[in-house]
Amino acid sequence: MPKTFITRRTVLAATGAVLVSATSGLITPAQAQTWVPTKTMRGGANNYIPGAQVVERIGGGGFIMSGTVRRAGDGAPLAGQRIQVWAHTTEGYESDPESHGATLTDENGVYRLDMPQIVPAFGQAHAHLAYDDDAFETVFLRPLLSSPSDTTLSADFVLQPA
Amino acid sequence: MRRAALPGWLVWGGLAFAIAVPLIAALFSPQLAWRGPVYTVAGFSGVVGLALLLIQPLLAGGFLPGLSVARARVLHRISGAALVLCVVLHVAGLWITSPPDVIDALLFVSPTPFAAWGVVAMWAIFASALIVVLRRRLAVPVHIWRRAHSVLAVTIVVGSVVHAALILGTMEPWSKYLLSALVVIATGKVIYDRRAWVRRIR
Repeated sequence: MPKTFITRRTVLAATGAVLVSATSGLITPAQAQTWVPTKTMRGGANNYIPGAQVVERIGGGGFIMSGTVRRAGDGAPLAGQRIQVWAHTTEGYESDPESHGATLTDENGVYRLDMPQIVPAFGQAHAHLAYDDDAFETVFLRPLLSSPSDTTLSADFVLQPA
Repeated sequence: MRRAALPGWLVWGGLAFAIAVPLIAALFSPQLAWRGPVYTVAGFSGVVGLALLLIQPLLAGGFLPGLSVARARVLHRISGAALVLCVVLHVAGLWITSPPDVIDALLFVSPTPFAAWGVVAMWAIFASALIVVLRRRLAVPVHIWRRAHSVLAVTIVVGSVVHAALILGTMEPWSKYLLSALVVIATGKVIYDRRAWVRRIR
């Protein structure tokens, strides 16, 4: 007598198992986590000077600006993207060309730029960042330091293909 | 004519203390090391402006001993003109330092929460000055003038105090809060004493 593998019982059991795991979140569709593009912040582009050069560090350094750059939708890390940074620091105003610099993301989509200590300007200790190359849509950020004595700040980009 | 309940030296000494402490504390701000002269003057115009906001209600209310009503009124006008000058220097200095930040503030699209409060106070100060200048020419009735001046004074004080409180600037926080509290109390007292909203029967 041939053995029947698919019986009404196994079908019911399997269907039930799928339903339970689907509703309980055990099965995750591949695209479930969609990365929403980062929006430009108010005032983010203030004192922007286009075309900041990629530098080892800005001025004497001592403050670490870092973050990740990902592609909108799948969140894939983006390597080799140029992030421009400027701020009011112990070495100059936001509008001073030497306060501006850029760095490239590594293979993990991580950027890190050594720059002078950020000091409060116009009532808030903050940095400015820009992505404005051609492959993705332009984004300007203006993150705040939680305390003016902080020596690091992070800001992440999720970029929309242009 | 009201009689001051406190001895004169105490009132004047207290006023000098309340203004000198925040000013001197701001002069020792580490932030000044990273600011040029224009930005520094812009910042201190704001500090002096806040100090004038304490002097104004004290003059208006006749709380400063040794001053006649007429003398206090003249000083109130001079102090008001100085306040206008402070605001102009403050905004102009900030504009020179960073034009886009000031444009954002004036257009009420600044990312900083305190900018709009300051801009509202600025317009209220300008409006006060304009009414003072045009009052006689336009023959503004006294009760309308009093109400307008009271509403503007409250707007100026609330706007300026919130503006100052939220800013991470050269002012040392506690002396800033103390000065702000005195400004609010003094203004509130005069506004309440005057009761410009009550139409007096003549």
